[in-house]
Amino acid sequence: MNRIAGSSTEVAIRDVRRRFVPVGSTLGAILLSLLPIVASMPLLPDLGFVTLIVWRLLRPEIWSAQVALGLGLVNDLVGGHPVGQSMLLWTAAFLVLDLIDSRLGFRDYLMDWLIGAALIIFHTVGAWYIALLMGSDVRFMVILPQLGLCVLVYPVVARLVLGFDRWRLMR
Amino acid sequence: MAPPSSRRPGFSRRAQYGLFLGYVVAVAGMIVAVLLLAIAIVDPRGFAAIKGAALDATTPVSSGARGVTRFFGGIGSGIGNYFRAGSQNARLRRELAETRRELIHVQAAAAENRRLTRLLGLAQEVGDEITVARIVGSSFESPRRLATLSAGRAAGVEVGQPVRSPDGLIGRVIETGRWAARVLLVTDGSSNVPVRLVRNGTPAIAVGRGDGTVELRTLEVGENPFRRGDVLVTSGVGGIFPPGVPVARVVRIEGDTAIAQPLADPARVDFAIVQRAYQPAAGADLEAAPPQPVAPPVPAPPPGSEPAGPGLTTPAPRQRDPRYQPALQQPQPGATLPPR
Repeated sequence: MNRIAGSSTEVAIRDVRRRFVPVGSTLGAILLSLLPIVASMPLLPDLGFVTLIVWRLLRPEIWSAQVALGLGLVNDLVGGHPVGQSMLLWTAAFLVLDLIDSRLGFRDYLMDWLIGAALIIFHTVGAWYIALLMGSDVRFMVILPQLGLCVLVYPVVARLVLGFDRWRLMR
Repeated sequence: MAPPSSRRPGFSRRAQYGLFLGYVVAVAGMIVAVLLLAIAIVDPRGFAAIKGAALDATTPVSSGARGVTRFFGGIGSGIGNYFRAGSQNARLRRELAETRRELIHVQAAAAENRRLTRLLGLAQEVGDEITVARIVGSSFESPRRLATLSAGRAAGVEVGQPVRSPDGLIGRVIETGRWAARVLLVTDGSSNVPVRLVRNGTPAIAVGRGDGTVELRTLEVGENPFRRGDVLVTSGVGGIFPPGVPVARVVRIEGDTAIAQPLADPARVDFAIVQRAYQPAAGADLEAAPPQPVAPPVPAPPPGSEPAGPGLTTPAPRQRDPRYQPALQQPQPGATLPPR
């Protein structure tokens, strides 16, 4: 690809790419829950949330906290969660991240993973607790494998998102 | 060196107010989300329209890709079958013998059921299926166990209807869209299925555990009536699930309860059958259901002295309904017996 945009159309295309790749990739990850997998146990991680967290940790400046509200609503509707669950948990995670960013001057990759893992655990346990409130009496042990897998899938998603980010900003 | 914080919008008042407004919107949104959740907890059928529409919009994706995953899933098990043919054969022989024995029990139970049903004069409504559909997806990333069915209101699917496969019970419908429905699997933590033991008819409740198994709770105190390998069928109590549908097989005994594996694996079934609710009044909303007439305990008054108020007469149309069973109606909380 040419390094210099040749026409105003190309400029517009690159601008759209720069703006909408983060939201688009997060929406794509949310839509992954439509994969026709019928699981008898909660095992696979909530990829939408992991992608969201990775984008937020990588590029703190692109999103304000209310973006999580809209994306959470989409996740609730697509994933069949009770409406409001992801809206609440995702926005809370963003506010916590804002707090962390205001206190912490410097983050490296391991620190990101640690923060991401803590937030993933918060999200999964929150979803479990809301299910408990709605009458789904599932023991905590059942969600432990999912928790572990979520934390381990973070580096993979981080790699993917980094690739997307490079492509997004590529000239 | 620590990079400068990129969250600080600088000295522009406008940018600072913008950031502040973002936080206000976020916190307000969280409060709204909590309210929405509270509504969802109090009334799980709220937002039925919007959730049904979302279900309709997303199901075609799952339906289309279902064939692909089935193909790849089939490759793995096909290779495994080839290598395990010998041991599988032996196991299948054992299971066949076991199944034959169980079949006799089931036939005996069915015969007894028919006899008792005739005695009671109940109208039995088994076998009327509404539609046959595929299970195209599930909530694999949440602690709930919900599956998506590729048939909705357009095919006559309503909330509360039982869903089964030829192998056994899958669950019941909890949300409907126009072309898709969401099914609460029997393994979900909020699913309670009244069952009975095929061997001796002991009643129990099968409660989902969220990890692909169900827990059997019996009403009896003392001896645990379950043994490994016992098969449970629905008892028809509660009015949603028709009686006699196989549900689960006991795999483990744990103290007073037993852990059972559902016989129908939603991941493997080709087709799911949506059936009519066994007694439709039981699945209906409490608000939507007509007030249940309470049979007065006093003997009927002489024909000359009919009570004048229309509220005191028992409504005739419900009694003409063949499904109307006064003996099985639960007393309604609001209804009080007339004073003697």
